[in-house]
This record gives sequence, structure tokens and C-alpha cells, in this order.
Amino acid sequence: MSFVEYSDLIQDGDVAIIYLSHNNVMPVKVQQGAQTQTRYGVIRHSTDLIGQRYGSKVTCSKGWFHVLHPTPELWTVALPHRTQILYTTDIAFITMMLELRPGSIVCESGTGSGSLSHAILRTIAPTGHLHTVEFHQQRAEKVAEEFKEHRVDHLVTVRNQDVCKDGFGVTGVADAVFLDIPSPWDAVGHAKVAMKKHGGRLCSFSPCIEQVQKTCEALQDQGFEDISTTEVLLREYDVRTVSLPLPDFGPDPESTEEATPAAPPNHASISLKTTTLPREMPGHTGYLTFATKPRT
Amino acid sequence: MADNGDDDNQYRIKEGDYVVLKRGEIFKAVQIQPRKKVIFEKQWIFLDNAVGQLYSTTFEILSGGNLKPHELKDTASPLDAVEAGTDNRNIVDDGKSQKLTRDDIEALKEKGLKGQDIIKKLVDNHATFGDKTEYSQVKYIKKKKKKYENTVMILKPSCRILAMMYHGREPGKICHLRYDTLAQMLTLANIHAGSKVLVFETCAGLVLGSIMERMGGYGSVIQMYPGGGPVRAGVENFGFPAHFHDTLHEFPICHVNALLAGTLDTSAKDPTAEEQGSPEEESMVTNTGDDAGQDVEKTEKDKLKEAKVVFHTRLVCLIISLFFTCRLVIASRFHPCPVLLGLLKFLSPSRPFVVYSQYIEPLIECFKKLKECGGTVNLRLTDTWLRHYQVLPDRTHPLLLMSGGGGYLLSGTTVATDHSKPAGSKQAEEPAPKRQKLEDTEG
Repeated sequence: MSFVEYSDLIQDGDVAIIYLSHNNVMPVKVQQGAQTQTRYGVIRHSTDLIGQRYGSKVTCSKGWFHVLHPTPELWTVALPHRTQILYTTDIAFITMMLELRPGSIVCESGTGSGSLSHAILRTIAPTGHLHTVEFHQQRAEKVAEEFKEHRVDHLVTVRNQDVCKDGFGVTGVADAVFLDIPSPWDAVGHAKVAMKKHGGRLCSFSPCIEQVQKTCEALQDQGFEDISTTEVLLREYDVRTVSLPLPDFGPDPESTEEATPAAPPNHASISLKTTTLPREMPGHTGYLTFATKPRT
Repeated sequence: MADNGDDDNQYRIKEGDYVVLKRGEIFKAVQIQPRKKVIFEKQWIFLDNAVGQLYSTTFEILSGGNLKPHELKDTASPLDAVEAGTDNRNIVDDGKSQKLTRDDIEALKEKGLKGQDIIKKLVDNHATFGDKTEYSQVKYIKKKKKKYENTVMILKPSCRILAMMYHGREPGKICHLRYDTLAQMLTLANIHAGSKVLVFETCAGLVLGSIMERMGGYGSVIQMYPGGGPVRAGVENFGFPAHFHDTLHEFPICHVNALLAGTLDTSAKDPTAEEQGSPEEESMVTNTGDDAGQDVEKTEKDKLKEAKVVFHTRLVCLIISLFFTCRLVIASRFHPCPVLLGLLKFLSPSRPFVVYSQYIEPLIECFKKLKECGGTVNLRLTDTWLRHYQVLPDRTHPLLLMSGGGGYLLSGTTVATDHSKPAGSKQAEEPAPKRQKLEDTEG
């Protein structure tokens, strides 16, 4: 198992994803002899997990669930939050707009809880590299630990420093830079330095429009081109069958023999498969500002 | 800047390259061919002078259609030394503010005046330009630039650029798949190097090409195709290196049922023809229908004429690997339900799949069917909302027009099918009633 390569069987030391339900997903560190408590009972790693296929069903005393192979998308939903994270919708858009692909060299700050980091690593493997900067020491240590557990540490370098003061720690190597920090305009200059001479792509994620304005100004001053700001939101549809009652207007006085031979009996309702939308949906995560660094 | 020789070589435009022409928000994919006329934004261009230049260079289009690298001169902005007004209360829109007529402007263009200079002339001959507010003046210049600037940028193709191009130019060819929806598909399907992806698409090859870009030449892509042969025009536009095409395979859907039933004829016969470009895969014809003088390069028409496709033993390996596919991506004009149900059988457990449809109803059906059959979890029916912003000091706001829709996605993960319990009886769907105990006994 690794986050950048599928395997079929669960092994000791893997991180597996327990899928209990739509909104109930939890990571489990698989270990010989260990046990995990869930609302459906106890999972005994040695018998229930190790040696089983990913995707199999595990039955416990009070119910059952499936064990899934970890992916960055499942990790995003399951990971323990240390900071506010980026969700798959934004991550997917960022990945495409930064033109990430195997072999890309990427600089990222702040690492935070590592949600985006895992997705980047998956995309740039096996020949790319991620340089990620986190100014909070404990978070930097925790995320480095996770990269190791998830068998992706060979693809990433974590630096515990302030990107606005000290930059990314590399020069002229990055194809893409991602910023998710309070003052991205202070890091634009450092981003430019970290990027390759012949150019690259940059993205800055900011919840507030004032931050976006300042960042766009800084990008313009530093000679970036194609500056554009976008917002992406996910709408999720709930599929269900609904039953709509039909009105009873009384017997039809006009009915003649011409009435359809297979005249339908008076149905009380019509059933249809449709979608409903949630009462509330995420209305804002952050503004995504993209730009291209030209050749310098 | 001094050239770095080899280092720069990969960033230089070469003859035969597939590139994308760009002006503002307009893109067009073309191939660099000598002395070939290309039409872009109502202008004829010859791309010969682009060869040897660096990608992302902006070129001026000279009269005659030849290109010349655009030099950014430090010319005074047309706004220098122009006063501005405070508001538009006294500006009357009588259509008489501009002294230059259409003919005058055409004459200037013919004289070979550069875009910047034409704009300066327009500003000079504008009766009320000085009364406009500063913001209004900037907006005016921007609008004229769009109209009169005679430049084109040549870009290296990428999924991002091509997806935006297709969506802007020919959405019908790609089932109206908006580029952010494509982005979601690539991520939800966990496409990465080393994947084994099963693709069924009728999006001119855009989806296929995007998947290949994200795989970087590692892994394999099996394109299931309807009809006589796979459509891949869009893949060419990506300009992949030759070895990428080694990862691309195809399989006709008319043989899917036979394959699943185990009745597919895979015996090798004597080779009578060899396909150009894939020397390791020979395709042979058993049906002696019309094979007099087989061409080395089969055209689409020939393929359609062939009565039966016969498989070489090498393809047996392909077929076997088909059954352990890691990802399934569907984006077509076909009804997604039967396509999905048919192709899901090839996916291993705990693997992602994504289905795109321009319309939501067919995906509702898929959703219901999958829930009935079991074998999948984490089913989600979604679409995305995309909005662009204008960000300028004191003038920041969303753009006035936004995309009305970008299609719908159904995504999920396969699980091992369980035959003991009737599908549909799940108690795991309710939200957690109370605080959930999570105790790992290890540190």
C-alpha cells in the first residue's frame, strides 16, 4: 500500500480506510495484534484486516462496513484536521490549472494538515518532487510523519520555516507554486525565485477578497501574466424516489366510450426518481487566483 | 537573454509540433507545418517563422501573414498626459464622439500601423475621452486593444489549455464537458502514473488525452470504443512524445459480452497485414470479405468495412489485464447506465469510477441501479459551479456572465460484491447517533 500505488491485500503497517457510511470515514493504522473500536464493534487487525483484500467487507458484532485502499480523496475526508483544509473540489481544479503531471516540481506553503499535499504527491509521482513549507513546528513534524507512514516521503521535503521571510528553500526548480497563507503577497517574490527560469504556474488560495486584491497587485508588479481569479463550488444531489399525490377532481362527467380502453385506475399518487438538494450547501471556500510566470 | 543551448531546446517550437494559438481568451490548436496557411480569428497566418522560437512567445502578425516576435517597447501609454473626469453626468452617447471613420481606421491598418498606435490615434480623435473617468478610460483602451492588437501567442498544449479551448470553441464535440468538470473527473478517478485506466469517451479524445497527460507515459489506458474504430483526434493536439502512445490500447465494445462470457475468439491466425506505427501488434483478418491488396495503414473506413476483428495472442494479455483495471472513466453521448454497468465488471474492488453526463436524469438511473445491485460505495452525484472575478483596485466584482452548467458527475468506489446479504439492506447509512468510540490500542 502507498498513496501513490494501489495494492490488493491489506498488510501490517498499511494505513487503511474504514468506510462506515457516506459521512463516516476513518483511517486505521494496521498492526499485527491491534484492535480498533468502532460503533459496530471491535475490529481485530490480525484476523479482520491483515491478508484481506482491499474492498472487502468486515463484519463486527453490531454491523458491517468496507475497508478501502487509501487515496488522497479518501484521506481528505478522513484525516485528522489540524487546520482548515482544502477539499477535493478545489484540489481537482488546482491540479489541472497548475498543469501538474508526473515529474512536476512543486512548491507549496502552508502545508497545514497535508490534504492538498497528498493529492499533489499522487499526481507528480514517481519522478516529481514537492517542497512544502510549514511555519508551525508541530504541524510540520506531524505531516512529515504522515508522509512516511503513507510511503510517499521520498517524493517530498518538508521545511519548517516562514515562506514570507525565507522562501521555499529552493531556487529555479519549480514548475508550479501553491500558496495558502494569510499574506500571499509577501511570498510572491519568493515564489518567483523558486520557479524555473523559463516559467511556470502559480496559484494562491485566499478566503477574503482583500487578500485577493493585494495578491493580484503583487503578481502584476512582479511581472506575472494571465492573472485570473475564480471560484469553484460543489453541488451534491441527493437521489431519492418521491411520491406525489394526484388531486381528485371528482368523477369526469364527460367520459364517453372514447375514453381510453385501458383507462388507468384512479392512482392516488405518482412515484418518480428525482434529486433533491441539501438545505444548505457550501457557499464559499476561497478564491483561487492563478497566474503564469513568463520566462525571465 | 543568452541561449542555454540544450537546456532551452525542449522549450523551442519545432516543425511538426502541435501547438495552441492564443489571443486573449481565444485558443486554437494547430500543427506547425511549413508554408501552411492557418486561419485564426479571421486572419491568415503562416507559422514558419515560429520555428526555433521559444514557446509562450508573443508574435505580431505582419501584413502577408508572417509572424515576427513582438517587442515590448516602452511606448508611452495612450493614457499619459490625458486628463480624466469625475463621472458621466455630462457625457451624451450620440455616436459622434469618434472623429475617425471606419474607412480611416482601415487605411491606418493598411499603412501597417501597429495596434498600439491605432489605439493612440483613436484616443486622440475622441472628442470626449478627457471627460471620461479614469476607470472608463482604462476600460476603453482595454476594449480597443482586444479589437486592434494584432498579436498571437504560441503555447505548448496542456490539458488545461485544450479543455478550455474545446469548451470555448466546440463544446458540442465534447458533450459540453466544462473544463472544471474534467478536472474533477481526473482527480475523483485518481488518475496518476502507473494507473490502468478503462476509458469510454466520445469527447473527441480530449478526456483520453487528459488522462494520458496525468499518467506521464506510465501505466496503460484501454480505450473502449463503439463502432469501427477509436476516435482520437483530440489526443494528437496534446503533442505527446511517441512513447506515450505505447501505453494506449483499444478494445471494441461489440466484443465485451463475448469477453465476459469467455467465448471470445482469441486464436492467432496467419498475419496478412501489419499496422503502421505499432509493429508489435499485428492485426489479422480472417474474414476474406474484401482484403485484396490490404493497405499498410488502415483508414477508419477500412476498419468499418471489416466484418470481424480477430485478435493476436498479444491481445490476450490485454484482455486478461482488462479484468484487473484500476479506474473507469466514462464521458460520452451514450446512455451512461448500460455503459457503466457493463464496464464496472472489469474493475477490481476498492477502485474508483467516474461517469460524466451532460444530463442529470441518466445519472439518477445509474445511481438507483448501482444501489440496487450493490458492489459500490461512496456514490456521489455532483456538479460544480464556476465563477470568474475581475480583480482591480476599487473595481473588484464577479464577471457579469458565468457558465450556466458544466455537466454532471457520478462517482464512487467499487467494493467486493457480497452474495450472502441481499443488496440494499444496509444499516450503515444513518448518521452516527452518538459520540463514536475510536480507540486504537497501539500508541
